[in-house]
Amino acid sequence: MAETIGFLQPKPEVIARRREIVADLSDLLPAGCLISDERGLKPFETDAFIAYRRMPLAVALPETTEQVAALLKYCGRYGVPVVPRGAGTSLSGGAIPQEDAVVIGLSKMSRILDVDLFNRTATVQAGVTNLNISEAVSADGFFYAPDPSSQLACTIGGNIGMNSGGAHCLKYGVTTNNLLGVKMVLYDGTVVELGGKALDAAGYDLLGLVCGSEGQLGIVTEATVRLIAKPEGARPVLFGFSSSEAAGACVADVIGSGIIPVAIEFMDKPAIEICEAFAHAGYPLDVEALLIVEVEGSEPEMDAMLASIVAVARRHGVATIKECQTAMEAAAIWKGRKSAFGATGRIADYICMDGTVPLSQLSHVLARTGEIVASYGLRVANVFHAGDGNMHPLILYNINDPEDAARAEAAGNDILKLCVDAGGCLTGEHGVGIEKRDLMLHQYNQVDLDQQMAARSAFDPQWILNPSKVFPLEGRPAA
Amino acid sequence: MIVHFEPASEEGIATVIRAMAADRASLAVIGGNTRAGLGNPVRADRVLSTRRLSGIVSYNPAEMTITALTGTPLREIGEALAENRQMLAFEPMDHRPIFSSSGEPTIGGVFAANVSGPRRYVAGAARDSLLGVRFVNGGGEAIKAGGRVMKNVTGLDLVKLLAGSHGTLGILTEVTFRVLPRPPASETIVVSGLNDAEAAAVMAEAMAQTVEVSGAAHLPESVCGRFLDGGLPDGAATVLRLEGLEASVAFRAEKLMQAVGRFGAVTRLDAPQTSRLWTEIRDVKPYADGTKKPLWRVSVAPSLGHKLVAALRLQTGVDAFYDWQGGLVWLRMEADPEAELVRRYIKVLGGGHATLVRADDSYRQAIPSFEPQPLAVAQLSERVRAKFDPHRIFNPGRMAAIS
Repeated sequence: MAETIGFLQPKPEVIARRREIVADLSDLLPAGCLISDERGLKPFETDAFIAYRRMPLAVALPETTEQVAALLKYCGRYGVPVVPRGAGTSLSGGAIPQEDAVVIGLSKMSRILDVDLFNRTATVQAGVTNLNISEAVSADGFFYAPDPSSQLACTIGGNIGMNSGGAHCLKYGVTTNNLLGVKMVLYDGTVVELGGKALDAAGYDLLGLVCGSEGQLGIVTEATVRLIAKPEGARPVLFGFSSSEAAGACVADVIGSGIIPVAIEFMDKPAIEICEAFAHAGYPLDVEALLIVEVEGSEPEMDAMLASIVAVARRHGVATIKECQTAMEAAAIWKGRKSAFGATGRIADYICMDGTVPLSQLSHVLARTGEIVASYGLRVANVFHAGDGNMHPLILYNINDPEDAARAEAAGNDILKLCVDAGGCLTGEHGVGIEKRDLMLHQYNQVDLDQQMAARSAFDPQWILNPSKVFPLEGRPAA
Repeated sequence: MIVHFEPASEEGIATVIRAMAADRASLAVIGGNTRAGLGNPVRADRVLSTRRLSGIVSYNPAEMTITALTGTPLREIGEALAENRQMLAFEPMDHRPIFSSSGEPTIGGVFAANVSGPRRYVAGAARDSLLGVRFVNGGGEAIKAGGRVMKNVTGLDLVKLLAGSHGTLGILTEVTFRVLPRPPASETIVVSGLNDAEAAAVMAEAMAQTVEVSGAAHLPESVCGRFLDGGLPDGAATVLRLEGLEASVAFRAEKLMQAVGRFGAVTRLDAPQTSRLWTEIRDVKPYADGTKKPLWRVSVAPSLGHKLVAALRLQTGVDAFYDWQGGLVWLRMEADPEAELVRRYIKVLGGGHATLVRADDSYRQAIPSFEPQPLAVAQLSERVRAKFDPHRIFNPGRMAAIS
């Protein structure tokens, strides 16, 4: 497709020294940890934002923090750009490399280092997958709360980079609320530890700044996260509505009434059909919008909460209420929801938006989203975390048709601006990456961005870490 | 304290800062000045108060978010929330009792110091509720960071950085934060007669249950009588708070008692007693005694708190009680702050940090209030500070390693 998002021009002095750099880097790593041949590099040229791709100069797969430090020390000294990578599931292009960049992939650092049930913490290497943490402590009755849909594949290092959320963060918060500490390597190879097993740390909240910094402040190699006792039970219930507006209004009322379920997920008709066809989750097909509301706790508690929620839903004219009878049914409901993106990918190419809006604006933004996408002659499916206003319109298009692709991108930009204008933000959990980089000035003015960029420069004065991302290419501070 | 500037607008604050920058002068920043004892003593040329920058800008109870100017009295926020049966989930401590200070705490002060209370495990700290800020940096520029929605990963999270920066990076002018419904029911389970180590184990056990304990504190015998006017049962009290819908609290209370009943005699406190007890724990009642005896706030892994206290007892006169499952230790020293000892033992035991919250002025001049950081982190923090306040205008020395 025609690329509308630019990358920084590759540094000619780096490209010219490619062979030398590869040789030097391979000296810093054990055998088999550096990839530099074209076939080997190919899988690293993009992430889940597949419309854009760039071949990196090399890919390093270090096994230890010391090796990461040696790599960064080298790249820092010679001004070689570095793109950190976890599992490459970024939906915003956060892990897409560039021609003069060394990708540092954390996939070999995938050990769980310490599980401390007394203090309810786990310390893991950055390449451990999100789900692996929960699985490691499940038998003892605990879990790690943030649960992005890609949790089977995505790594905790990537989660920290993007401050990832998930369906259940309405109650438990996102990554930053569940992260206690990191070990990270700065651009010059310095290793620092921020936080630890205590609930807070001394000094500035650098950990809070690092979380969600999209790999631009350093490379996290280890993380200490909070574990939470698994609830006694959890029950998702389906509420079908005859209009998206009614469903949106119901969400705002449930939250406003003081009930905070673990999750409130929204699907519109196209999303319901796509997910049902894929997962056979038992979703009703005769409604315009569906809410998956999950409550948890003991049976009597869940009964009490659901009774209150049902009362609110009835006020909004709910058409169908479906409680699942078995654990298998509950699992199917979540399988349908969590495979929404994959299932959509089977029927069309799509780009996934991620704006967040205040709950009072949900109905308005949903309606306008439909109008915007229709005005570009495209289709949209909405499936998102309604409880916290985090919308995910999936704009369906044909990636092989450049005009179609350009229209999809334009529609997406319009939707994100709509979210900001409604009092929300460009991205709730996927990150800015390259995808939303050029819209940053719609949400912030240049002075706001200058302050963010100054903070970034305190960590990486040469801007070698993930340099093409987050901040518009124009208006950056001189290196 | 003589206040030189009381701007009533963000632009007024920016004007003052630009003047300070031009004069190479420094500025102490205060809100209600009730927490002036936190951090190292500040020596500044001038004093700016945010007192007149006051008022709730917007409050939408259905969205559970509120925006206020930073000089707004905390009391005013609390009243607005109470009308809608909502609350600040992070229960900010009132520092007036331990400092014997007077005045009105402001919402800006709460976030500038990241003041958080007993509900830390289930509701997070102040920084976790803070969604967006406006502040003026050391260049006199007004900056917006974050927003007013819960999920927002757009750009660097300067909101977290500003929270707990004690006015050294910029002057907060407006804060937007999340509030939560006030739980309709609450109850406290008291397990009596445990020693500190046993209590740590019981609290860990309770927090591992699926009953959502929203507060876990241990009040050893030496302090127990100071709570509820002596209304707690005899002996040390390990207290566990449950909150939520009425039926749910009752159900969870039964379940929790089954889990912890075997460790000691169990009693239950009703909602009014629960509310009072946890306010007293939050505000460190036993050590709010009008003295300046050294008081430390120590944050460690919950398993380490009682070990630290046991080790210190062999060396010096110390009294202590615990919040946050044992991970937040309030240490009151009999005479000398013993800074070197306290901080060395924390390191030896496995890490954490100690803040000297209260001491005689002579000690406060000599002992860094906040835990000195490893060199690389200290240097990084200093580089960050310089990016916000290059002329060193704000609260000089407040968070420095050496006062």
